[in-house]
Amino acid sequence: MKNDISIVLSGEAGQGIRTVELLIIRALKNSGYNVFSTAELMSRVRGGNNTTEIRVSNEKIEAYVNEIDILIVLSKNAIFRIENRLTKDTIIIGQDNFIEEKYKNGQYIIKYIELSSLAKEVGGLIYSNVIIYGLLAGIFDVNINLLKESITKYFSTKGKEITDNNINAVIKGIEKGKELKLGIQVEKAEKIKNQVVLSGTESIGIGALAGGCNFIATYPMSPSTGVIHYLAKHSKEFGVVVEQAEDEISAINMIQGAWYAGARAMTTTSGGGFALMEEGISNAGMAEVPIVIHLAQRPGPSTGLPTKTEQGDLNLALYAGHGEFPRIIFTPGNFTDGIYLTQKAFNLADKFQVPVIILTDQFYIDSFQSIEPIDFNDFKLEYFVTKTDKDYKRYKNTEDGISPRGIPMQGDGFVRFDSHEHDEGGFITEYPDIRTKMVDKRLKKLESYSKESIDAEIIGSKNYKTLIIGWGSTYGVIKETIEKLNDNDLAFAYFKQVYPLPNNTKEILSKAKKLIIIENNATSQFGQLIKRYTGVEFTKHILKYNGMPFSIEEIIEKLKEI
Amino acid sequence: MKTNFDFDQIPETGWCPGCGNFAILKVIKEALDELNIDPQKLVISAGIGQAAKTSQYINSNCFNGLHGRALPVATGIKASNPDLIVVAEGGDGDMYGEGGNHFIHAIRRNIDIVNIVHNNMVYGLTLGQASPTSRKEFKTPLQIDGVFSEPFNPIAVAISLGASFVARAFSGDMKQMKEILKEAVNHKGYALVDIFHPCVSFNKINNFKWFKDNTYYLNENYDNTDKMEALKKAFETDKFPLGVIYSNGKNKTFEENLIAYKNDKRPLYKREVDLEKIEKLLN
Repeated sequence: MKNDISIVLSGEAGQGIRTVELLIIRALKNSGYNVFSTAELMSRVRGGNNTTEIRVSNEKIEAYVNEIDILIVLSKNAIFRIENRLTKDTIIIGQDNFIEEKYKNGQYIIKYIELSSLAKEVGGLIYSNVIIYGLLAGIFDVNINLLKESITKYFSTKGKEITDNNINAVIKGIEKGKELKLGIQVEKAEKIKNQVVLSGTESIGIGALAGGCNFIATYPMSPSTGVIHYLAKHSKEFGVVVEQAEDEISAINMIQGAWYAGARAMTTTSGGGFALMEEGISNAGMAEVPIVIHLAQRPGPSTGLPTKTEQGDLNLALYAGHGEFPRIIFTPGNFTDGIYLTQKAFNLADKFQVPVIILTDQFYIDSFQSIEPIDFNDFKLEYFVTKTDKDYKRYKNTEDGISPRGIPMQGDGFVRFDSHEHDEGGFITEYPDIRTKMVDKRLKKLESYSKESIDAEIIGSKNYKTLIIGWGSTYGVIKETIEKLNDNDLAFAYFKQVYPLPNNTKEILSKAKKLIIIENNATSQFGQLIKRYTGVEFTKHILKYNGMPFSIEEIIEKLKEI
Repeated sequence: MKTNFDFDQIPETGWCPGCGNFAILKVIKEALDELNIDPQKLVISAGIGQAAKTSQYINSNCFNGLHGRALPVATGIKASNPDLIVVAEGGDGDMYGEGGNHFIHAIRRNIDIVNIVHNNMVYGLTLGQASPTSRKEFKTPLQIDGVFSEPFNPIAVAISLGASFVARAFSGDMKQMKEILKEAVNHKGYALVDIFHPCVSFNKINNFKWFKDNTYYLNENYDNTDKMEALKKAFETDKFPLGVIYSNGKNKTFEENLIAYKNDKRPLYKREVDLEKIEKLLN
């Protein structure tokens, strides 16, 4: 029996597919299944065709697969965009009139359900999505009380009638799901029930709060906006200043004002917005203002594909801003790292007074997965604000390049930040000698950081001959592929920090005979960076830039070619 | 007279002899001093330009940031520590040109800051191009046939956007300028002080005499709480009115509206992080 099932829900925007996703992944996890889900959306609020993939497995999963085991069709024209993902074993579940004739000539297994009439029996078409929730629960082994609880909680603000109707809908769905007798039996494990389900967005939001973030200013831009929504939702509880800025230029400057006055501030944006922030990032470099930026990539250039995924903005993050100054770039590939690295970003920004960029993408941000619980006692909040004395000099030259940072009203000195080249006191200067000293001082901070730099992680065989290199959201798909192939010669080097390059970069690369780099972009931006710093040549670049994440099948196929 | 805002050693300025900025600098320091403002509590957020350099010559806290961006920085500062007295300072190009979008939205937020704009109707630091407030037909090395765009009217724009305090001063009258600045600092909410001043190097048209001839004082009976009257005054351009054109301290400020201060008045830097509570979010 197959222990790894992929389900795809396909319908129109506005049909509540996202609600089904949110409910079912938690219900499945709480029943002891490993879950992962990812949405593929069109940039519209109603209509079109949106799909969500939900994977259910007996093992840890955190990647996208191409082949569909169960397809749930929720509207007309919901199959053609994904028909190349169907196999002879795919089970299509849907209403007769939603499934086009060409799919009905015996090449797929079709199970008809009268979704519209079932929904009308409960109270209207609006209940269709919750019937699907029940149906999926019925296909798997999910406790009915658990479902009822989840409905009561989710619809708590909608009143008794709507909640009751939804409970009836979920019950009808379960009955239907069991009736289908699909014979799916994925093994469950008790320990999974203790895991937590979250989205990529939440991983950044929780990490920020754990890092002491108490200020966020943002101009909305998909797919990054979820992070400010998350902090807004929790702003009362945690006392966070949340402001929708008039543009990204304002946002990046507001957070600098906030850090200046003693807050821990961040902004969240996507490529176009980040491009507008470049001048501000450069200011943070010169005035040595700590800042934390979450950059959720989507395919560019320009407006590009607003709701799709890509790793095309590494160079943007790397080179953003005029002039020369240090920065740190993290690229979490799983949600545990997302939380840890975002938390750490605030400590590091505070300590080194540099921009710290968390680089994610649409696939990372919009996915859900279950992770092991995190012990928050592991987190340290490290504050570096110093009390100023009368002779305080903001840009005092020190051995490690880090000048003690004061804030107004904390001590007897004045805190003078300057965007011009400045002397130690923060006053405009044009003396060549001071300029040289100040450039050196700022750049020295990167050397100082290298002592705390985060190494690349090796996953797979320790005696590898072939090393696959990946960063950010390709983590899951490469890791799962490596585990599936179980090859003694093969390992995966996961870079969760891409700049500065980790201290162990040269060492891990030199052990391999073959180097393969996998990136969700067209020009292998990280490959170029590694080559520039280490001189290594890659045997192969596996690149994808059609707006979609890599699937496991795709990576296996490409590796076979080598 | 030495104020609390003077340095022990007088810094060398980047201004031309006879520049209106000298009078503005002097009056700002005196006004703050007369109001007994503690220099420790003052932050000047400045942009770039000859006017924004003022921040370099005042002995207090300052964030001399980017051209056009003084208002977002000031907003971040005030929202993080409402106990600070925050002044956003720059010239007409800085605030109304490069920072135009921020000007609009800072006013809408009604953040409790003083926004001082040195308005000499010309770009000084970049050597004499037109500014948003340059009058029509003003010739420059760039606008060689003269400016043909409508001049930006900061007073009318500010009143229209609901600014709670809008004033215009002239650097040639230090006494009135000081009174206006003091009123602006005492005002609760966003306060715009647009200061006419001559640029001796690049604006030979709108010189000291021109400002003298083309301005007048609002009379004592003028009711500056009447918004429609204020708007009428804002559109007077034959002669520009000087004084507090509009004042309304009734609206809540940005900081007062922020959720973060509803149950806790402490500035952000004084707050603790409750990791246990955050851990509970993961469920």
